[in-house]
Amino acid sequence: MNKRLSMLNRRITFSLILSLLPTSVWAAWQMNMNRGVTDNSVAIYDLHMIVFYICVVISVIVFGLMFWSIFHHRKSKGAVAHQFYESTSIEIIWTLVPIVILVAIAVPATSTLLDTYDHSESDIDIQVTGYQWKWRYKYIGEDIDFFSVLTTPDEEIHNKKEKNPNYLLEVDKPLVVPINKKIRFLFTSNDVIHAWWVPDLALKKDAIPGFINESSTKINTPGIYRGQCAELCGKNHGFMPIVVKAVTETEYIAWLATQKVEKAKMASASKKTWALAELITKGEQVYNKNCMACHLDTGMGIPPVFPALKDSSIVKGSLEAHLDIVLNGKSGTAMSAFGSQLSATEIAAVVTYERNAWGNNMGDFIQPADVENLMGAAK
Amino acid sequence: MKLAKPRTLALISIMMFGFGFLLVPLYSVFCELTGINGKTSGAFQGSYSSHQMVARKVKVQFISNQNANMNWPFKALEEQVEVNLGEKRKVVFNVTNITNSVAVTQAVPSVSPSAAAPYLHKIECFCFEQQTLAIGENKEMPLVFFIDKELPDHINKLTLSYTLFDVTKDHIQAPSS
Amino acid sequence: MTHSATVANHEHGPAKGLSRWLFTTNHKDIGTMYLVFSLCMLFIGGAMAFVIRAELFQPGLQLIEPDFFNQMITMHGLIMVFGAVMPAFVGLANWMIPLMIGAPDMALPRLNNLSFWILPFAFLMMLSTLFMDGGGPNFGWTFYAPLSTTYAPPSVTFFIFTVHMMGLSSIMGAINVVVTILNMRAPGMTLMKMPMFCWTWLITAFLLIAVMPVLGGVVTMMLMDVHFGTSFFDAGGGGDPVLFQHVFWFFGHPEVYIMILPSFGVVSEVLPTFARKRLFGYTSMVYAIVAIAVLSFVVWAHHMFTVGMPLAGELFFMYTTMLIAVPTGVKIFNWVSTMFKSSMTFETPMLFALAFVILFTVGGLSGIMLALAPVDFVYHDTYFVVAHFHYVLVPGAIFGIFAAVYYWLPKWCGRMYDESIAKLHFWLSFIGLNITFFPMHFVGLAGMPRRIPDYSLQFADFNMIISMGAFLFGMSQLVFVYNLFKTLRSGEKSAHRPWEGAHGLEWTVETPAPYHTFATPPKVD
Repeated sequence: MNKRLSMLNRRITFSLILSLLPTSVWAAWQMNMNRGVTDNSVAIYDLHMIVFYICVVISVIVFGLMFWSIFHHRKSKGAVAHQFYESTSIEIIWTLVPIVILVAIAVPATSTLLDTYDHSESDIDIQVTGYQWKWRYKYIGEDIDFFSVLTTPDEEIHNKKEKNPNYLLEVDKPLVVPINKKIRFLFTSNDVIHAWWVPDLALKKDAIPGFINESSTKINTPGIYRGQCAELCGKNHGFMPIVVKAVTETEYIAWLATQKVEKAKMASASKKTWALAELITKGEQVYNKNCMACHLDTGMGIPPVFPALKDSSIVKGSLEAHLDIVLNGKSGTAMSAFGSQLSATEIAAVVTYERNAWGNNMGDFIQPADVENLMGAAK
Repeated sequence: MKLAKPRTLALISIMMFGFGFLLVPLYSVFCELTGINGKTSGAFQGSYSSHQMVARKVKVQFISNQNANMNWPFKALEEQVEVNLGEKRKVVFNVTNITNSVAVTQAVPSVSPSAAAPYLHKIECFCFEQQTLAIGENKEMPLVFFIDKELPDHINKLTLSYTLFDVTKDHIQAPSS
Repeated sequence: MTHSATVANHEHGPAKGLSRWLFTTNHKDIGTMYLVFSLCMLFIGGAMAFVIRAELFQPGLQLIEPDFFNQMITMHGLIMVFGAVMPAFVGLANWMIPLMIGAPDMALPRLNNLSFWILPFAFLMMLSTLFMDGGGPNFGWTFYAPLSTTYAPPSVTFFIFTVHMMGLSSIMGAINVVVTILNMRAPGMTLMKMPMFCWTWLITAFLLIAVMPVLGGVVTMMLMDVHFGTSFFDAGGGGDPVLFQHVFWFFGHPEVYIMILPSFGVVSEVLPTFARKRLFGYTSMVYAIVAIAVLSFVVWAHHMFTVGMPLAGELFFMYTTMLIAVPTGVKIFNWVSTMFKSSMTFETPMLFALAFVILFTVGGLSGIMLALAPVDFVYHDTYFVVAHFHYVLVPGAIFGIFAAVYYWLPKWCGRMYDESIAKLHFWLSFIGLNITFFPMHFVGLAGMPRRIPDYSLQFADFNMIISMGAFLFGMSQLVFVYNLFKTLRSGEKSAHRPWEGAHGLEWTVETPAPYHTFATPPKVD
């Protein structure tokens, strides 16, 4: 029985010590949450540690008494049972004392919670939409709207290649925000309930289809902060990470400018005429990032839910029908409407790729400009 | 005692089944009264009078979302406006049916912060009815609203979101051309 | 409390063959069937846990694809909750309540038979969904909409019917328990003289009657959304996915107390026996159970702290959830006081009961941490929560069941189990479960979400340890099965009252308990 006492105490002591060390050193064996980089995250961390220590003290007292009793009040040691079995005064004491302790905890808990509901006006508002299985960020008041998709290669996931240090926590386009500015996020979802979570910001909020939720943060330190979806949302729930890149205000303004340039480049890219080979090369990239998860790199898919594209009657059929499915999805199935997720160039490229890959060899292709006409005006 | 009878207990369990369903309208009423889930109440019941106006400005943002495969281009022509409390304002939303069939859509509003929801009064809104759009049709949909002068002091910016849902399948009437 | 021994009625013994089990109305037979069913479900749910932990042994997708993984975590939860834990406690209730209150059987014996036989049928249907087109339920045991409605596989309809059936079984069983306890106690056994196991089951039964129908309601709403064009949980039709969560957790929270209260009752029987000392604070213990049950109705939204509730809601549920710690703490202090200045021996039932007190407290303390809404923003939907509920369910509910089985097995079958093998089962389980679930606190705090089939590299080391612990814990249950068979085949014959400190009407009947007992009620003073 002493074994149990020392084992438990050792664990508690170890974790207490570890919780004081910088967590980056212990990344592989991290036992505690990070303090994070916002005022809220630090307050939450402190509250967590307070209640943790209180729980440790309670455990030590209760288990200590138990183990003492197990050791001393054993029949094999000749202990004789004292027949006492009630005491109103002690019942009252051990009802009131916990209530006092709980009230003491409730005070900082309430004030920390109040801080997260701070309604001071935000500097930047960002609309965050959860999709199956990626995030979409739109900066309100700026013409910036992009998807953020996992970029960990399939070979790493299926153990054909060694995993990189940011395995499953890397995206193509991170969310770039300035430090020291209040950022208000508006969360919603395109399909099922997702949740946006970045541990270093101590920010987690559900993204609910048809409704918006809000939560704010103000990041104190520049850096890259990674998070994950935190509500089961289907097949690739574990594969839709979040990367927040917090930069200085100057860098942020510069980034805003580059986004405008990017947008112009994309617009002109869709105006030019592409060769078949160019479309196929680009299309393969687009396919690997957006389609491979369900339709597989072999194009074989996972029927019946994710049909094969190789030798598919749709892919080898009319270009219009094929395009229609890619643009508008297929309701009642898991096929999304990629018209709102990919640019005209990307759609033209991926459709061309699918029609020519895996031996489909249709030889036809479509220009981004034609796709753009189909996608309609304001986007 | 009564509780000791099987019949009473069975009745209680049937009542609790009913209670589960009662929670649905209860939840609706509770949410509408308090605006707790950001759900706005329907059309503004009452007459608007410009005497309601107060010299306190508030920012109202408009964001648009599409549900599932509803990928129609849809957005407000003005992303953010500044209005006085009690001031009537019109904002126009633009939507295009880019699919190759007639379709019916329902716009669902949601307000954040949810505390602001009971104070957003919609006099005219495209979200009151389902909207039918022909193939390729582009529609301008108006929203006429005002913010109640009783809006709590701590709210100086609120966001109204519309999510477009495809309700073509559930639409009972024949779609208009 | 003295009582007279009763003479068993030998007018007719049990029927022979399969019809005995199909048509029995005998509480002992039905109790046995529930317990055997629950053991089978424990292994099936455990096999799914094996699959889960095998995939999570290392980062990367090695064995299964994500959708099947989601089916495994969903079914593991459903089977353990509705197939292993709940039926086990119903089995214990069936066996022990009549014996403990001096009644000849349950009040509604034919209803009892139906309540049991619904279960194998329901679970056969549920397990068969794994082989249907589109696979089985893959939306978590909490099946949030619209993932479980609009985006669900076709088998969701069968899932809904399964839940309807299990719910009916539980409700009918609960009605049986309440009517039995309130009407059939032996003369002289007032409610406040009743064994604690009966008290915890009385309250549990009321909880079941109150909330299982709400679960029935919510899955019916799902059925209507999926098949009849309603929009309970679909914003497009004027509904709200969050409504699902409110209604589900209104059931869901009392459900977790339904799963633990009978375990509290078992511990309150076992500890005094092996401490040779009366349970400390009987009256307070009863009040504490009632307080826990009542409070369980007003805490549900602590499962929804990140859903976007306004401040008042978050505060209300935070405070009520913290409050539940008070009656729970009272119970723990009373158990420790029972042990204090007693005369303890450490046979296997006692080992399980002691481990319960310690490790359930660990789970309860992580529960207090989770109750704090702002910190829950970090804990919610991470492995910290998984650690919490596995601590209260495995060394909580499951250990209570093992304690009960070892404790009462001699009375049921007339043979003593092998004490050394039983102790081996205990220690392997104890070590295995701690290796499995304690590190989950760490990875959860470090940032690992729930319900993911693959994780980033910084979680790899702990996950490997967790998987190894899980294999140890799972394999250890084979030791239990071995002991069971060994006991039934060649165990030493047991005395009527094998435990020196045991008191209670159940110990006054012969061993093994005759098919019919207490045909004449005993006198209790």
